[in-house]
Amino acid sequence: MNAVLILIALVTVGAAILAMSRRNLLHSVLLFAGSWAGVGAFFLWAGAEFAAFAQVLVYVGAISMVVLFAVLLTRRSREDLAPGPVSRSRAISAVLAGIAVAAVLLAAVAGTPLAVSAGPAPAVSVRQIGGELMGPHAAALLVVGVLLTVALLGAVVLAAGDRPENPEDAP
Amino acid sequence: MDSPADHLWLIPALPLLAAGLGALTPRRGRRFAAGTAIAALAGSLLLSIAALHEALADPAAHLYHNFSWFDIGSGVMRLGWLLDPLNALMCVMVSLVGLLIFIFSLGYMDSDENFARFFCFLSLFAAAMLGVVVSNSLLLLFISWELVGLASYLLIGFWFQKPSAAAAAKKAFITTRIGDLGLLLGLVWLYNSTGSLLLYDGGGGVLEGSVLGALAAPVLAGGFAASTGISLLVFCGAAGKSGQFPLHVWLPDAMEGPTPVSALIHAATMVAAGVFLVARVFPLFSADQALAGAPLHALTVVAGVGAVTALMGAAIAVAQHDLKRVLAYSTVSQLGYAAIFHLLAHAFFKALLFLASGSVIHAAHHEQDIRRLGGLRGRMRATFATFAVGMMALAGVPFVFSGFWSKEAILHAASAWEVSPLPLYAGLAGVVLTAFYMTRLLCEVFLGAPRSPAAAHAHESPKVMTVPLIALSIGAVALGFFGTPAWPWLQSRLTGAEIPGRPLLEGGGLMALSIVLVAIGLGSGWALYGRRARVAAAAPDPLAAASPRLFSFLGAGMRFDALYAATFGRLNRFGAALADVLDRRVWGGAVATLGRFGELTGFVNSVVDRLGLNAGFDAVSGRFRGAGRAYSRRQTGEAHGYLRALAIAFVVLALLALIGGRR
Amino acid sequence: MNPLQLCLVFSSLLFAVGLAGALARNNGILVLLGLELMLNAANLNFIAFWRFHPGAAPATGVIFVIFAIAVTAAETAVGLALVIALYRHQQNIRLSEANRLKG
Repeated sequence: MNAVLILIALVTVGAAILAMSRRNLLHSVLLFAGSWAGVGAFFLWAGAEFAAFAQVLVYVGAISMVVLFAVLLTRRSREDLAPGPVSRSRAISAVLAGIAVAAVLLAAVAGTPLAVSAGPAPAVSVRQIGGELMGPHAAALLVVGVLLTVALLGAVVLAAGDRPENPEDAP
Repeated sequence: MDSPADHLWLIPALPLLAAGLGALTPRRGRRFAAGTAIAALAGSLLLSIAALHEALADPAAHLYHNFSWFDIGSGVMRLGWLLDPLNALMCVMVSLVGLLIFIFSLGYMDSDENFARFFCFLSLFAAAMLGVVVSNSLLLLFISWELVGLASYLLIGFWFQKPSAAAAAKKAFITTRIGDLGLLLGLVWLYNSTGSLLLYDGGGGVLEGSVLGALAAPVLAGGFAASTGISLLVFCGAAGKSGQFPLHVWLPDAMEGPTPVSALIHAATMVAAGVFLVARVFPLFSADQALAGAPLHALTVVAGVGAVTALMGAAIAVAQHDLKRVLAYSTVSQLGYAAIFHLLAHAFFKALLFLASGSVIHAAHHEQDIRRLGGLRGRMRATFATFAVGMMALAGVPFVFSGFWSKEAILHAASAWEVSPLPLYAGLAGVVLTAFYMTRLLCEVFLGAPRSPAAAHAHESPKVMTVPLIALSIGAVALGFFGTPAWPWLQSRLTGAEIPGRPLLEGGGLMALSIVLVAIGLGSGWALYGRRARVAAAAPDPLAAASPRLFSFLGAGMRFDALYAATFGRLNRFGAALADVLDRRVWGGAVATLGRFGELTGFVNSVVDRLGLNAGFDAVSGRFRGAGRAYSRRQTGEAHGYLRALAIAFVVLALLALIGGRR
Repeated sequence: MNPLQLCLVFSSLLFAVGLAGALARNNGILVLLGLELMLNAANLNFIAFWRFHPGAAPATGVIFVIFAIAVTAAETAVGLALVIALYRHQQNIRLSEANRLKG
């Protein structure tokens, strides 16, 4: 049981580290997609199939695409796809910050008595999820819907930018 | 109760009404002013005669009419009128002599512009004087007393454009005021002791038995009785008004007023007011006579002051050159004699003398220096005759004239006084001097040759002035008959007591002595001034040639004015200077210091405000701004920096939570 | 180490990597992707706990994750639109140059 978990963990974290340290932007994006897939695999191992599907669909599917588009839209020269490294001190301080946070979190994990019930994964059917979404969490669902709509519209507005107005269109 | 005294108030009220009307009369309403004044006083005269008749019906009674004026706290101020022979006689005298003087003024003041004002003031004076006479309450008396003082101020300073007249009026007012202060204190004391200021009040008045007895008990330190103290204070007021020593200094200066004023004030009325007051409250004065161990009796003081005044006034009169001043000092002297009968007689002959001298002055166009007059006997016969009558009455020419009998009575009483013979000697000396100076005056004015153009052109005064003179001279003679040995008869009529008749020449030795003294005075006066009449105005007085220093000393009124100026005048000026220094330096300095203190406070305030508050606030604001600037430098605008800060903060917080949780 | 702890370690490490990357890289897109990693780590945590302590309503953990993914997607879209807008302004997406809001 644990072996699978450890494997998934290694893959995911390894991909993430690699993604963050690559100079090539496109390589980074692809490695990120791999990392997200790893997270999806973890969801599957944990028994949350629906969540795994959602993860793969949204992240590996949609978000990767959007990021790729963004990368390709925001480059001027070949050099932009391989941005230079930032100053060394900055990298070291960032790594140190990361290590510090990891240490704190690991210490918290280690220090907390976590009793585990070694039972099987809870059986949650899609029907159940649907029913809960439409029932107790209907309001949240609606709000999220609105949020998505607004975010979409906002993104469109932001990305479209200000076009110079045509003189003949002026009132 | 309906007493004959009920309507007594009309006697002073009529002239008061005339004075009020006179005040409203314009300057051209001369006849109206004079008419109302004379009519009012004539009315008062008639009422006074009626009152006298009433009084004589029951001489021993004191008929009074009291009423309440107002309440003060627990007490009630009561006023009232009194009717008894003394009052009635005084009323008649005042109104009669006053009336004659009013008529005389018609002629004397004819050329004066302020004719109407003069009569208004005259009426006021008459009203006030009659008020003094008829009042039963010492408060009402005091009110009228002060009104008399006011009216005399107005009259003496009638020609106020003359600085000497204004000064004389002021001097008269202030000097009598000093006396009035004593009177007021006496009244206050009396009220405090007895709770009443009424003279007769059905047994409760201050002159009646029980109250008087209480006052006569010795209460003060040294064995004095309350009545002694009160009497002496009241005598201060009397001395002021009557010109007794030492408050006599105003009388000679008061000659600055018109002659009718001098006649009215200094002959008949105001000066008599003082003597009248003493006579009025005589029971109070004599209350302490019975006290054997008392160190001082009130009447002793009165007699002493009177004696000194009599002698002093006569001595000074000898050396005067002003016609009216001689008469003024003569008044001072005569008032020293201080007896009621003498007073009544004096009123007539002194008024007569003043009016006659007024006639002379009027005729000689206001020439008053006797050295420049003379030879008027032939030109002004009526005036000369009446003046002579008055002079003889004053000098005490025996038997025919009133002055003789009144002086006789006084000398007789003085000889009978066992306390001291000094008043007698003073009185006798006064007799000589009086005769002497009156003879001098008569000779200088009327005999010899005219010594100035004014005297040379004098002519007799109009009838309106001479008729009152004649009337007064008749009075001067007629009153003498009252003083004859028929006096006891009159006295018994007046007091209702039986007094045994005196033989014709009782007290013969004294009477003979006084006749001899009068003769000596007359003779020496004639010898010095009549036989060898003065030739020129600038010629020295025979007495001056004899003893120049004494003459000039007497001529300056024994230098009383200089003495007072050197002492009280200096004291007053010193007081004023002290008050000025106090005011400017001390109080002014204090105020200025307070002001400085205020300035200092303001200055400190402003400094604190600027340096403290403003600077403090500015510094704080500066700190805030600095902090803001410092903080804004943190805003690098770099997202990474913010994120880094977030991460570090998260780490720190988590550490805190872990470590805190562990413990 | 029980499975839950392992899961939590896993998510912590992923979170730290995401944070370090976001702090280190200068590129805007990579910073956003670092954010994504951190959010993913949070979702991992949710599922880990759901697996071992489901609670009374077992579907709640999954639903929470669903919602988190949805919101994250929206946020990523908006963030990338911002990056594009930034690119329009300064012709590159170096965050070190995007400091016009400095104080």
